[in-house]
Amino acid sequence: MEKVLEIKDLHVTFTTYGGEVKAVRGVSFDLFKGETLAIVGESGCGKSVTSQSIMRLIPSPPGRIAAGEVLFKGQDLTKLKESEMRNIRGADISMIFQDPMTALNPTITVGEQIIEGIMQHETITRQDARKKALEMLDLVGIPNPVERLKHYPHQFSGGMRQRIVIAMALVCEPEVLIADEPTTALDVTIQAQILDLFKDIQTKTGVSIIIITHDLGVVAQVADRIAVMYAGKIVEAGERREIFYNPQHPYTKGLLNSVPRLDLDGADLVPIGGSPPDLFSPPAGCPFAARCAFAMEVCDRVFPYKTHISRDHHVDCWLQDERAQKMLAGIK
Amino acid sequence: MTGYIIKRLIAMIVTLWFIITLTFFLMHSIPGSPFNEERNTSEAVQRNMEKFYHLDEPLYVQYGMYLKSVVTFDFGPSIKKSSQTVNEMLGRGFPVSFELGIVTLIVAVFSGIALGIIAALRHNGFIDYLAMTIAVLGISVPNFVLATLLIQQLAVNLAILPVATWSSPKHMIMPTLALATGPMAIIARLTRSSMLEVLTQDYIKTAKAKGLSPVKIVFKHALRNALLPVVTVLGSLAASILTGTFVIEKIFAIPGMGKYFVESINTRDYPVIMGTTVFYSTILIIMLFLVDIAYGILDPRIKLHKKEAS
Repeated sequence: MEKVLEIKDLHVTFTTYGGEVKAVRGVSFDLFKGETLAIVGESGCGKSVTSQSIMRLIPSPPGRIAAGEVLFKGQDLTKLKESEMRNIRGADISMIFQDPMTALNPTITVGEQIIEGIMQHETITRQDARKKALEMLDLVGIPNPVERLKHYPHQFSGGMRQRIVIAMALVCEPEVLIADEPTTALDVTIQAQILDLFKDIQTKTGVSIIIITHDLGVVAQVADRIAVMYAGKIVEAGERREIFYNPQHPYTKGLLNSVPRLDLDGADLVPIGGSPPDLFSPPAGCPFAARCAFAMEVCDRVFPYKTHISRDHHVDCWLQDERAQKMLAGIK
Repeated sequence: MTGYIIKRLIAMIVTLWFIITLTFFLMHSIPGSPFNEERNTSEAVQRNMEKFYHLDEPLYVQYGMYLKSVVTFDFGPSIKKSSQTVNEMLGRGFPVSFELGIVTLIVAVFSGIALGIIAALRHNGFIDYLAMTIAVLGISVPNFVLATLLIQQLAVNLAILPVATWSSPKHMIMPTLALATGPMAIIARLTRSSMLEVLTQDYIKTAKAKGLSPVKIVFKHALRNALLPVVTVLGSLAASILTGTFVIEKIFAIPGMGKYFVESINTRDYPVIMGTTVFYSTILIIMLFLVDIAYGILDPRIKLHKKEAS
């Protein structure tokens, strides 16, 4: 399969009065054509920062990409000039934000907000751009698009606005769509509709999707592959079935255990105790060690290596790594 | 929209009526009369004069007559300058005052907004601090102090600008500067803070994610939203510019309406007091009305026809 996006050892830091926050600490993953990759993790694990770094949209200062490469079809986006990056944004890589209520400009008609994106990237007449916008609104399921084009965001419901945001992101036929918590602000029925829309659009356009979420229900519904992030690192990644049925990292297991289950009547939810480490001074070893029921001595000392469980499934955990014993001996 | 405008027009007339009534009775409650002067006039002459201006009638009759004259847009003759009517005075003074006011408003609005945007875009940088220092100075230094300073420096010491009067564009520079600095400072500070807030909004991020250029993001997406609070204060700023003109016109010997207004109060020239007050109030009320209309145009979420007339 063709690699569309390749993230290599991405480091992102934020300079604050309290010191440097290492929000993303060496994240690597690939995105293939036409697939959906879900990045899951709790609040503050760096998943949004990762996605915004791909687009180079982290507020800078204070944020900056300290190291690593973001290869889009072989081209390193971190090295591009700002003006070159603008040609990529919206045209090749698009982004959808969490809250559709605030993601649209309240004083500009939705038609204009879609059309300006097209006009920015394509040499096209206004008429044709308008036609394209209409087709797109139709595709994302907005009824009566000719009328709706003239409306302002406040005249739409939350679900409709998210459809418009999606239409806006897809109108220039990007190869990659990054959706940052696209359904978190919506109620459950609308959420299901929007996720169906993602799948539908993917089959129609072949766009690759990165979906950022903390909701494993969403992941189960749309993802082909899953990357689990914790404290600025990807601790486990693999195909959806692998992660759901054969999780290896204690954190992944913890996440799955804390999902409410309808089939197990009366079973208690098992939360993950403790809280994530301070990213001002992240621990030298595994960041999850302090919360991990199975932590060994080596876990506190050395960050685990990547261990391959199967061809597409890898985990950063000493429990799965036979080198753990040797490692510990080496330290002593 | 039409319904809203009609409602507002009615409210404006009521407001104006209140102002007229209040001014009328306040004016007559001040001790003294137009004929109280050092110069001794015989009682007969005085009575004749009072009769001529209907000042011997009971107050409510005078009030009724006055309302009638306002409705017919005839403010009557001046008592002190007997050869002139109030309408003539307004006709002569208003164009000058209007010119000064409009030029000031334009200078204040454009430079204020520009300063605010620059400060917001260079947030916490040198330009930001410089702009805000200018703004704080502009707010705290009263315009008459600034006016005298300007005269002393630019007109007397450097002698590059004329000291006073209103006859060429060169004459307009100092009065406009003195009058515009305060409102400009207020607009600059407001634009800056509102711009900073808008720039952190999600839709700005969306605009960036679309690949729009910074210029488009600032002027198309941010500015319009940032200007809403600025437009709100524009009404009251226009008021402060109007009242500012009294002092500035006096300092720079500009033949505007302010001169008549101040003189008329000192000499109890009743028709002129009333005429100028009614005129100023009308302008102010119209300004506030225009601001509300502009607000509705800038922000589509505000539906004018549903709003209560206020």
